[in-house]
Amino acid sequence: MLLLALDTATPAVTVALHDGSSVVAASSQVDARRHGELLLPAVDRVLAEAGVRLDAVTGIVVGVGPGPYTGLRVGLMTADTFGLALGVPVHGLCTLDGLAYAAEVDGPFVVATDARRKEVYWARYEDARTRVTEPAVDRPADIAEQVAGLPAVGAGAVLYPDTFPDARAPENVSAAALAALAAEKLGAGEELQAPRPLYLRRPDAQVPKNYKVVTPK
Amino acid sequence: MADEPLVLGIETSCDETGVGIVRGHTLLADAVASSVDEHARFGGVVPEVASRAHLEAMVPTIERALKDAGVAASDLDGISVTAGPGLAGALLVGVSAAKAYAYALGKPLYGVNHLASHICVDQLEHGPLPEPTMALLVSGGHSSLLLSSDITSDVRPLGATIDDAAGEAFDKIARVLNLGFPGGPVIDRYAKEGDPDAIAFPRGLTGPRDPAYDFSFSGLKTSVARWIEAKRAAGEDVPVRDVSASFQEAVVDVLTRKAVRACKDEGVDHLMIGGGVAANSRLRALAQERCEAAGIRLRVPRPKLCTDNGAMVAALGAEMVARNRSASAWDLSADSSLPVTETHVPGHTHDHDHVHETAKDNLYS
Ligand SMILES: [Zn+2]
Repeated sequence: MLLLALDTATPAVTVALHDGSSVVAASSQVDARRHGELLLPAVDRVLAEAGVRLDAVTGIVVGVGPGPYTGLRVGLMTADTFGLALGVPVHGLCTLDGLAYAAEVDGPFVVATDARRKEVYWARYEDARTRVTEPAVDRPADIAEQVAGLPAVGAGAVLYPDTFPDARAPENVSAAALAALAAEKLGAGEELQAPRPLYLRRPDAQVPKNYKVVTPK
Repeated sequence: MADEPLVLGIETSCDETGVGIVRGHTLLADAVASSVDEHARFGGVVPEVASRAHLEAMVPTIERALKDAGVAASDLDGISVTAGPGLAGALLVGVSAAKAYAYALGKPLYGVNHLASHICVDQLEHGPLPEPTMALLVSGGHSSLLLSSDITSDVRPLGATIDDAAGEAFDKIARVLNLGFPGGPVIDRYAKEGDPDAIAFPRGLTGPRDPAYDFSFSGLKTSVARWIEAKRAAGEDVPVRDVSASFQEAVVDVLTRKAVRACKDEGVDHLMIGGGVAANSRLRALAQERCEAAGIRLRVPRPKLCTDNGAMVAALGAEMVARNRSASAWDLSADSSLPVTETHVPGHTHDHDHVHETAKDNLYS
């Protein structure tokens, strides 16, 4: 097994190579505005560091979000196209699950990332491997009761301390964690989800206002 | 392979997911998935809707193009992609796909200019572009007069719209007439049964002191809308066919008049017309008439190659390969406002390409 994992659903552009037992090479850069530019060079660097070519990879793992759409699509489109060109499977994983897997928290906790527009993408976890709610997007104040008393992982927690007073590391997802989680699940014979984006919001699309009258009535 | 490179091109600058495959000047595949129906109820292209559709359509469209062309991805000599101009988020989907595809296949990547691609596509229809070529590009996003001596390195803008694009004006007038979106084809249809001289709508920027090659369609649009409203206010029926014909005539009269004048002024004997509005039947007819009268050879690709498509991007990519232009780097980014003068986005190394371009500049300075 040689998995190439990548995620662009948070401000991090993160890539890792995993051989089924451990991470072989990894790269993470935090730059929310340059996912499109940074991802391919990062893949190239990670492969070079490991001394392998892309066609040696047996599967692609990609974070499906939720996350800001434009960046999220960079990772998904890249993963989809790698899969097409190489003829290898593309596995999707919830980005929040990657954060949870990397969290060093005992007992129940919350993962929350920045959804912009004063909202967070979030889900509740029983432990690092067990999500107990569907990923959702909400205003922090609106979910305060549901997350009360729980430690919270992710940049969304850092941003809204009123709702998440007990923020823990990590802030952004790492492809290394995603790869390790995928390797564990695939090793156990589990099937991962399709690599389709979790947008959680409808597109902003306003029907234009009725045609504006230009002659005085 | 130097003369007849096999190139796959990806286009996502607006609402069409286009994947084309060409061998040199020969079209092998032109697969397009359009999200236009999803935008129709909004009366215009919604960027986020377009971007989402590109992501879903990309892999199936690449597969369809390869199947149509009957070639294997491993046989390709390069991958080209629209790097700009266009909708930022939509462009980024195509650029991401092209980079991943080129990288995974071990092929060179060419980020190319959307407008230059609109010109270059005519090589698939009418053979090598004459050098120089005058090009009139008209669509919902652009209305420009461009002069190119080498489509891979030298495109000079002579004029452009100072307000609305020609296609935008069609969409807006169609909306006022309640004809739906997109407006171009439906107005063309109604205009065929109308009188182009019925109503004297203004010709923008055609005064003696106006810029010779720039366009303006905003005043025309307002004038047409006023005329329609006056009719409605008076409780009269709006003659949709005559309004369509007269409005359309005002647009294509100015477009063709200025294009022919630019050819004469610059001593160019070929005019190429591209972009979605080039599918307009009246534009084609009037351009033909005026070019013939002026001794200019008109080149207009078939309508499917005039609207946004992947074949045009592949055509320019193939020309980049044939002329040994530098490939793009893996950090190629989408540039929503890529200037028309940047025909492609070469990588960071400066080789003979640079010298070549300087030499071309001197030709026209
Ligand atoms: Zn176009």
